[in-house]
Amino acid sequence: MKFDDEPVPGYALPILPGHVSPGRLERVLRAGKFAITSEIDPPDSADPAEVLKRAAIFDGYVDAINATDGSGAHCHMSSVGVCSLLTRVGYATVLQISCRDRNRIAIQGEILGAAAMGAANLLCLTGDGVQAGDHPQAKPVFDLDSMSLLEIARGMRDECRFQSGRKIDMPPRLFLGAAENPFVPPLEWRPHRLAKKIAAGAQFIQTQYCFDIPRLRDFMLKVGDLGLLEGPDRVFILPGIGPLASARSARWIRDNVPGVRIPDAMIARLEGAKNQKEEGKRLCMDLLHQIREIPGVSGAHIMAYRQEHSVAEIIEGTGVLEGRVPWYPGRDNPAELNPESPDAPYPTTTSLIEEVP
Amino acid sequence: MYKIRRWVVRHSRAFEITYRLFEPLLVKLHPLWRRIGYERAEAPVRIVEKGVKGLLFDCQMCGQCTLSATGMSCPMNCPKNLRNGPCGGVRANGHCEIKPEMRCVWVEAWEGSRRMKHGDRIRVVQQPVDFRLKGSSSWLRVVRQLTNQPRDSADAGAVK
Repeated sequence: MKFDDEPVPGYALPILPGHVSPGRLERVLRAGKFAITSEIDPPDSADPAEVLKRAAIFDGYVDAINATDGSGAHCHMSSVGVCSLLTRVGYATVLQISCRDRNRIAIQGEILGAAAMGAANLLCLTGDGVQAGDHPQAKPVFDLDSMSLLEIARGMRDECRFQSGRKIDMPPRLFLGAAENPFVPPLEWRPHRLAKKIAAGAQFIQTQYCFDIPRLRDFMLKVGDLGLLEGPDRVFILPGIGPLASARSARWIRDNVPGVRIPDAMIARLEGAKNQKEEGKRLCMDLLHQIREIPGVSGAHIMAYRQEHSVAEIIEGTGVLEGRVPWYPGRDNPAELNPESPDAPYPTTTSLIEEVP
Repeated sequence: MYKIRRWVVRHSRAFEITYRLFEPLLVKLHPLWRRIGYERAEAPVRIVEKGVKGLLFDCQMCGQCTLSATGMSCPMNCPKNLRNGPCGGVRANGHCEIKPEMRCVWVEAWEGSRRMKHGDRIRVVQQPVDFRLKGSSSWLRVVRQLTNQPRDSADAGAVK
């Protein structure tokens, strides 16, 4: 998908009427296209090249890349760091902020910093408990929860105010997202909890891994009945999927990753296959096909931890992009691009500074 | 105590009614609180509140009680201190991700809220905790709010 006003990488897209962010993800979703997001496994390294290398795996297949924030309570390069490196070359990123490690002072500062660095999407998370990670002795902060984080981020964007009420000169133009897990108790409440998140400011939702299509279908029906998929404040839902590497790893995930439900039938299907890894990919493609058909679903979030290369294969294999090629560095001929200096494929630091009014 | 607090949630309707009767009583005592002085009343009331609510709800004295919006299940017992609903890590059996031996505070809260007359208050987005109020009496704060007593900014935006 190429926009008429496609800028040189590093420049922000203009914000369209009815949009809140200068990002590609919001544009794709509001245009009614089936959006694909994936996530980068942030390196345990200070090497920027490593980040760009990990992002390039998704070139041409994803509309935005999530940069996880200490996922599973493990230390990695920060989400803001990863997003900053990626937005510099033009990628659309989803900044993840979890409430586990920072209080409201740090988080609000981070939101401003990340928006200044070009992040256009923010995923507000509560975060896993510290016991799940490599520093179980750490202090869990949880000053905010995902709901209050959403409200604060929305207040910063729409009212130009910190939670304290103090004024922000230039607000962070962020498309706000949240997570949901339709597959764990209290099941009956999950759609209503989603409604609460939307009331707090959520505009898109990425769910936990989905391996249970009937449960997702049921959830989507209820969400539709609540009227959450219509109107200007509608929400865009991107169920999470991912390839399982083997029956053994599926069992490990089920038993050790909080909130992931994998039905026994799925594990049995992997177990019975000759090549379990291939079967895992096929299973993922089947899930994507089925998710695509569920009314109200706006896209999919592919979490292929340590199998990032398979994302391209899964998308090719299912054809969910319908021939669309999401932007990646080098996709477009610089001469055809919109902003003033068409022969400069990347803005220099000085030209960026001049751009800011 | 875990057993008592689960019993309370199973009888959340009765506790809702009790509080509905108790709150006006507290407000009626406003002249008394004023005579004593809210500052001086704080210590003894806090001790009583802590004792009663500690026993019944495992109250953590956050100072901004939200029990009537959480099915009488105290959200401060959630290891992540979530004030707006369960996280995505709830186990299939309804237990906590972090403390597997404990039932999720929010699974309890949902069930409790379904038994209450005004259980739908669980759908209202709660403000983040004001940590300045930690350890103070929620009861007196409610009375002050309902009688429009001058209050410090710490009270602004907090929920009763």
